[in-house]
Amino acid sequence: MENLSGGDALIRALRDVGVKHIWGYPGGAALHIYDAIYRQDDVIHLLVRHEQAAVHAADGFSRATGEVGTALVTSGPGATNALTGIATAYMDSIPLVVISGQVPSSKIGQDAFQETDMVGVSRPIVKHSFLVTKAEDIPATIAKAYYIASTGRPGPVVVDIPKDVTEPNYKVPYSFPEEVKMRSYQPSDRGHKGQIKRAVKALLAAKRPVIYAGGGVVIDNAAEYLTAMTKKLNYPITNTLMGLGAYPGSDRQFLGMLGMHGTFEANTAMHHADVIFAVGARFDDRVTNELEKFCPLATIIHLDIDPTSVSKNIVADIPIVGTCKSVLKDMLDLIGQSDVQIDQVALADWWQQIDEWRNKHGLYTQPRYEQSGGDLIKPQDVVKMLYEVTNGEAIVTSDVGQHQMFAAQYYLFDKPRQWINSGGLGTMGFGLPAAMGAKLAFPDTDVACVTGEGSIQMCIQELSACSQHNLPVKIINLNNAALGMVRQWQDMQYNSRYSQSVYEESLPDFVALAEAYGHVGMRITQFDQLEEKMRECFAMKDRVVFMDICIDRSEHVYPMHMPGGSMRDLWLSKTERT
Amino acid sequence: MKRIISILLENEFGSLSRVVGLFSQRGYNIDTLTVAPTDDETLSRLTLTTLGDAQMAEQIVKQLHKLIDTIKVVDLTEGPYIERELMLVKIKAADNDTRIELKSCVEIFRGHIIDVTPATYTVQLAGDSEKLDAFLDAARAMGVMEVVRSGVSGISRGDKFIRSQ
Repeated sequence: MENLSGGDALIRALRDVGVKHIWGYPGGAALHIYDAIYRQDDVIHLLVRHEQAAVHAADGFSRATGEVGTALVTSGPGATNALTGIATAYMDSIPLVVISGQVPSSKIGQDAFQETDMVGVSRPIVKHSFLVTKAEDIPATIAKAYYIASTGRPGPVVVDIPKDVTEPNYKVPYSFPEEVKMRSYQPSDRGHKGQIKRAVKALLAAKRPVIYAGGGVVIDNAAEYLTAMTKKLNYPITNTLMGLGAYPGSDRQFLGMLGMHGTFEANTAMHHADVIFAVGARFDDRVTNELEKFCPLATIIHLDIDPTSVSKNIVADIPIVGTCKSVLKDMLDLIGQSDVQIDQVALADWWQQIDEWRNKHGLYTQPRYEQSGGDLIKPQDVVKMLYEVTNGEAIVTSDVGQHQMFAAQYYLFDKPRQWINSGGLGTMGFGLPAAMGAKLAFPDTDVACVTGEGSIQMCIQELSACSQHNLPVKIINLNNAALGMVRQWQDMQYNSRYSQSVYEESLPDFVALAEAYGHVGMRITQFDQLEEKMRECFAMKDRVVFMDICIDRSEHVYPMHMPGGSMRDLWLSKTERT
Repeated sequence: MKRIISILLENEFGSLSRVVGLFSQRGYNIDTLTVAPTDDETLSRLTLTTLGDAQMAEQIVKQLHKLIDTIKVVDLTEGPYIERELMLVKIKAADNDTRIELKSCVEIFRGHIIDVTPATYTVQLAGDSEKLDAFLDAARAMGVMEVVRSGVSGISRGDKFIRSQ
C-alpha cells in the first residue's frame, strides 16, 4: 500500500472516484491541496475568478452531463463565497462535492485568520457535510461524499478539511474503498408495486389527463421512458421550468411550460384535469399559484424519489416513492400488459378542448407581442432567432429574470440537459459560469448563455476564466437597461415606481468590455442586423462572443399568474386576462 | 396535538445540529429535546416533543428521516408509549408548616427530597409531563425558586423496540 500525504490522498481519491475536472480558487488553508494538484496530471483544475463561479461551473458541468461536479475553495471567504453556488445546487437537486480548506484543527474555534465554520454555515443548504479530522479518513470520506451526492435525491455535499489534515510530511497508507455502505443511508429505488398498479389504473381511467413532469426526470435520465409513456398514451404533457427537455418541446403533445409564466393551454389544462400525473416535480409555488385553488377536480398521482416532496404542498392521492426511471419503466410494462381500454372518445374531446385553448391564447399560435422591426427588437424574437440559428440544438444556460422566462418559453428544448438554469434559488450570475461548465463537457456543442445586463454583471469576471481555459461560450445579452422582472412587478404592483431597477447611464460598454477580456463583442440595435450577426457569432466556433442586444425596454413576460388565483387565472398581456 | 418523536442517530460530528437546525429551518417547534449516547456508543438516541397535526407530524418524520445521519425515526404517539421526564425543583421551606406540607406533597407525587437547607428543599420528581406540571401547580403557593426539567424521554409499550438492525 502506498503512503500518501492527506493532500495527495485527496487528489488520488478524487481520481479514483472518477473526477477529471475541479473548478476552484486557491487560498491559505487549501495550499497543501493545491500543491498536490500541481504534482499530478490525472485531475485538471480550472481556475475561476470568484468562488461562486467555481460552484456554478461545477454545477453547469453536472447538469450538462449528469456526473457529479466538483469545486475546491479555501477557508473563510472562499467558503462563504461558495455558499450561493451550493444553495443553487441544493434547490435544484444537483449532485456536487464542494471541498473547502479549513484552518488547522488546533485553531478551529479560535477566530483564526480566514476561519468560518463551513459545516455550520452550509448546513441548511447541503445534502450532507463532513469535517475530516484525520488524513486516514480522506479516501473513505470522499467515497461517501460522491455516493451521497449522486444517489437518492441528489444534492451538494461539503467536505471541509483542516489544513493540518493535508500536511505534506504526514503520510498514511492509501486505499480507496471498493464500495460504500452506510447503515443510516439507503436511498430507495423501486417504487411500491401496489401503488404503481393503482397509479396505472387511475391513469388509464382518466378522461382529462395531464402529465406534469419536472426536473427529477432530467436528473434521473428518465426522459426516454417519460416520452415513451406519453406517446403510448397520447396524453398531453407539460414540463416545469426545471423539466424542460424531459419531453420534446417541439412535439404536438407538449403543452409548453406550466406555472407562473407557463402557457395558457398548459395552465388551463391542469386546472380542468381529472387526473394529474406528477413525475419528478414538487408542486413548487411558482407552479401551483394559490394552493387552495389548485386543480380542484384532479386525482393527483405523485412520483418522486424524495418522500418529503410528496404531500408537502399538495396532498397526493396516489403517492409513489422511487426513481423516475424505475417506476416509469414498471408503469410502461403494466400499461403494455393491461387490457383496460382508454376512453378514446373522452381523450379526443380533451384534445379538441386543449387545441381550442391553444388556438385561442397559445404562446406559439397567437403571438401577444408587437412585431420586431427597425430599432424595436423584441426579446422573444431574439430567443426564436437563437433557436433558428442553433437549429434547436444548443445547450442554453440562463440567468434569472425576464430573459430566463423568454428563453424557457421560446427555445423549444427537445432533449434533456439542453436547458440549464437556476430554477429553485433563482440565482443571478449563474448563467455564464454554468455555460463554462457545459462547454467544458461538450466542446463541440454550441453553448449559449441567455442573460440580461443585470445578471451578467454578477459573474462577468468569468470572461477572464473563459480565456484562460478556452471555453468559447456565446453570451446573448438581452439588454433593456433595467432589471426587467423587477420593473415588470413594479409596473404591475407598484404603479410603475421603478425603485432601484434602472441603470440609467451607468452600464458599461459591453463590446469594449468583451474586447478587453480578449473576446469578440457585438452590439445590435436594429432588428434587421440580428440574424446576420447571430449567425456570425455562432460561426466563430473558437471565440467567446458577447452579443449585446438592445431590446424593447417596455416588454413584460406573459402569461403571468394572477396572485392568489388558481392555475388558470392569468394575465395574457398588459391589458388582457383570462 | 403533542407528538413524541424518537430518533436513532449516528453519534457523529454535527449530527445533533442537523436535527435541531431542521426544526428552525422548516418552521417547526421543539418543545423538549433529550439526547444521549445509547448502549452502542456509536449511536445517539433523541426524544423530541413538538406540537402539530397529523400532516405536519408526517412531514417532520420524513424530513428527519431524510437526514443522512438518522437511522430510525418513530412517532411514538402513533401507538401506545411510555414517557418520563425528570424534574428538579428548589422550593422555599423556611418554616415548619411549609416543610410539613411540602413533604406530604412530595410523597403524594412520589418524589424525593434530595437536598435540604434551613431555607429550602430540593425535590426530585419523575413522571410524565402532566404529573410534573401538576406538582408545580401544587408547590407554586409555597414559593418555587428554580425549576430544571430534563425534557421527555419516551419508549414504545410492548414488544416493539428501536435498534439499528
